[in-house]
Amino acid sequence: MARSTQDSRASGADLSLTSVTKRFGGFTAVDDLDLLVERGQFFALLGPSGCGKTTTLRMVAGLEEPTAGRIDLGGKDITRLRPYKRPVNTVFQNYALFPHLNTFDNVAFGLRRRGVRDVKNQVQEMLDLVELSTYGERRPTQLSGGQQQRVALARALINRPQVLLLDEPLGALDLKLRRQMQIELKRIQTEVGITFVHVTHDQEEAMTMADTIAVMNHGVIEQIGGPMELYDNPATTFVSNFLGQSNLVAGQVLGRTGDELVVEVEGSKLGVPVDRARQTSGRVWVGVRPEKVFLVSGGTSTDEGANVLGEARVIDVSFIGVSTQYLVRMPWGQELTVFEQNTGARERFGVGDSVDLHWTPAHTFALDASQDARAGDERYEGGLATAGVGT
Amino acid sequence: MSVADVGETLEGRTGKPPRKRARRSGWSTGYLLLLPGLLWLLVFFVAPTIQLAATSLYDSAGSLEAGYAMTWSFGNYLDALSTYREQFVRSLIYATTATGLALLLGYPLAYAIAFKAGRFKNLMLMLVIAPFFTSFLVRTLAWKSILADNGAVVETLKSVGILAPDGRLLATSVAVITGLTYNFLPFMVLPLYASLEKIDPRLLEAGKDLYANGFTAFRKITVPLSMPGVVAGTLLTFIPAAGDYINSELLGTPRQYMIGNVIDNTFLVQLNYPIAAACSVVLMVVVVVMVLLYVRRAGTEDLV
Amino acid sequence: MNRLQLLGRWTAERMTVFVAGVVLVYMFLPIFFVGLMSFNDPTSRLAYEFQGFTWDNWRDPCSPVGMCDSLVSSLQIAFLATIGATILGTLVAFALIRHRFRGRAPTSLLIFLPMATPEVVMGSSLLALFSSAGLAGNLGFWSILVAHIMFCLSFVVVTVKARLAGLDFRYEQAAMDLYANEWQTFWRVTFPLVFPGILAAALLSFSLSFDDYIITNFNHGNTITFPMFVWGSAQRGIPPQVNVVGTTMFLIALLLVLSTGLLQRRRSR
Repeated sequence: MARSTQDSRASGADLSLTSVTKRFGGFTAVDDLDLLVERGQFFALLGPSGCGKTTTLRMVAGLEEPTAGRIDLGGKDITRLRPYKRPVNTVFQNYALFPHLNTFDNVAFGLRRRGVRDVKNQVQEMLDLVELSTYGERRPTQLSGGQQQRVALARALINRPQVLLLDEPLGALDLKLRRQMQIELKRIQTEVGITFVHVTHDQEEAMTMADTIAVMNHGVIEQIGGPMELYDNPATTFVSNFLGQSNLVAGQVLGRTGDELVVEVEGSKLGVPVDRARQTSGRVWVGVRPEKVFLVSGGTSTDEGANVLGEARVIDVSFIGVSTQYLVRMPWGQELTVFEQNTGARERFGVGDSVDLHWTPAHTFALDASQDARAGDERYEGGLATAGVGT
Repeated sequence: MSVADVGETLEGRTGKPPRKRARRSGWSTGYLLLLPGLLWLLVFFVAPTIQLAATSLYDSAGSLEAGYAMTWSFGNYLDALSTYREQFVRSLIYATTATGLALLLGYPLAYAIAFKAGRFKNLMLMLVIAPFFTSFLVRTLAWKSILADNGAVVETLKSVGILAPDGRLLATSVAVITGLTYNFLPFMVLPLYASLEKIDPRLLEAGKDLYANGFTAFRKITVPLSMPGVVAGTLLTFIPAAGDYINSELLGTPRQYMIGNVIDNTFLVQLNYPIAAACSVVLMVVVVVMVLLYVRRAGTEDLV
Repeated sequence: MNRLQLLGRWTAERMTVFVAGVVLVYMFLPIFFVGLMSFNDPTSRLAYEFQGFTWDNWRDPCSPVGMCDSLVSSLQIAFLATIGATILGTLVAFALIRHRFRGRAPTSLLIFLPMATPEVVMGSSLLALFSSAGLAGNLGFWSILVAHIMFCLSFVVVTVKARLAGLDFRYEQAAMDLYANEWQTFWRVTFPLVFPGILAAALLSFSLSFDDYIITNFNHGNTITFPMFVWGSAQRGIPPQVNVVGTTMFLIALLLVLSTGLLQRRRSR
């Protein structure tokens, strides 16, 4: 099959989605989505179950047709192209390895359909890349989960697609193997230089591997950015809770001094850098990550210029080795979380102790008060996200 | 489809793969694929059944040579029922007994294959299917040898006193029911096995953990979960048994004749088509009504 | 737990296996007798007891007049009926699982009814139709074939449908993703994966058709199939060669099944 895009194959190409919408009956799975994935990127679509990320991926693959909108790959419109006409390949969830073919024939499948005659060397090379050189004769059922995963990867990669789509590729593996495969996938991506679009609900997986993450919820993208940017400066309550954990307290903007907003929270004045505030007047959520907060004995906080919330009481202490997690109740009844590193230099507290919370204003962020403070919080939504990154 | 379903389908989390959404060409292709098969059934199953019903209302005074007149003779049914009531009742009794026996014998076998056979599972399944490949009639005739008057079975039963010294098995109801049970037993075992095999053994362990009694676990978990198999198996046994006349002919005497013998004889020997057709229609209606009632009661409507 | 309970449990554990064994014996007793009787040297034609051992029946299986002709007819009809029913039924199964159409419920009912109808009813209604169409004098090979395709069809649909319903759509999506167009996807992925179901359906059709007596009896005209031959000779005394045929068929089937089993085992090694 001759392709006009053959030349750009190896290096990958820009993928862009413009105003893409997908409805199933009355249910909108993807809602007016705009997205640009640059060539060579490792891009993650992160979100909870049912957020529309898999549907987005399937529309790029051609397995679903958008209700509205446009998908371009390397400057060419591919919105209505049949799946087998797109220079895009997928690593399916649960792999979908053909059970009637052995590993070699599975990997060779795409090449043969495109009329490549001598596939032997290419397949062998690809099996070497995924370290399965001697497994060519095996059937999928005779391979372990991790091996199947690598066959699925080889089967897709051998076609040198412009974009490789990965649909929860590590979801079926156990934790240890998943960590190992995360590193492996990253190595392979760097080696082949193809654009990867990776769908996952596991925030740690996304953060470990991706250059850029798009956090999706209810069919829309909440925020796009690098892992550090998303974590340190979340744009919405959903992102602040879904990626790691956050303490969000209600506050009222009083004014501005220099580059800082002054926000009143239950009688205390807190500083928030203006460039970390999504809203600069009226009511806001003031947020801080649990590991950014320090605990001191009640009334002993002296650090000038720090944000301080006092008169809290420790109600739960969990020692987990590298850190200690405190749950404290504020005078107004809200419970906040604090992670203290076990450096040995910090004072330890017990249940019932009176404490003050303090942290640097530079670590504070402010979010739109109209958003739900619990959005994206697995404790309230029963989501599938794994343990917090902050631990 | 609820929103939750859609969400689940989208994420591909359900065990079932998402239904392929038919493409624009899907409609006409569907009809094209169906057409030859359904046409065949319409011409060679539906049309004959209608013709059978019509024949059952022809004037029974006619003959095959002279031709039959359509006289809407519902009296044929009264004739058929009054003349052959005995054979109708006998058919139902024999078929029900044979089905019950097949369930009794088939359940332990299916259970053993599903849970106890281990690596011999496939071999045991083959053994169940194997008799299929020896002709039905030849196997039935073999029972004639097994149950023969001076054969080992009869001698043994006589010596332990179950059978009177001048008693016999051949040419009795026992022989006919034995043959019926034997012939349709694989139809019972296979669906039973299919539904038992699907039961996760962990469910039984969970059950034993909660009930602490093997028999209760069996009664409360295994049996309800195997119900689809029981329903399918009893139907697949009962339906052919009710219409069978090979066993009653070969292993019995006219005193064991079933309605199948009557239909065969009236059609092919007496050439009295209207009465024979009336018998046939009655048999069909009785079987279909019983099947529908049974399926509804058992609550498994998705047999096809 | 006391001794008595332990004993009870021990018995219960083995009881199912024991009963299962007895049932298997019950199922194989006739086969054993068919094998035995194939070596019978009967003194009279109406004898059903084993009277003496001989190899003669195996040396010359075709000696009873008409038996081997009937066998050939049966094999021809079974072969053609299998092909017909398998093709028609597979198409219907694909339509039912993979395509949208109006009238799904009546279609399902139409597929189900032949399986819920006693053979004697189907046989007699076909005869009623053929004779009202004036074909009663022309019945024979074709009418048997037509009838056999009819009653095998539903079984094919059910068997193939089950296999197709259990087929994960992702295999086909993966194939499309890997540059296989609709046609290639069907022949490279869908068909090979459904094939075991189609094969099972074909085997079932073959044995149903080969074994059928009742429906055939109503529509056979002058054609004699093997079951018809056996029935006819049962009145006059069964030639022991019939048992040779029965035993041979059983052995062929066993060989077939065992060899596919071995093949599968070797493949999965």
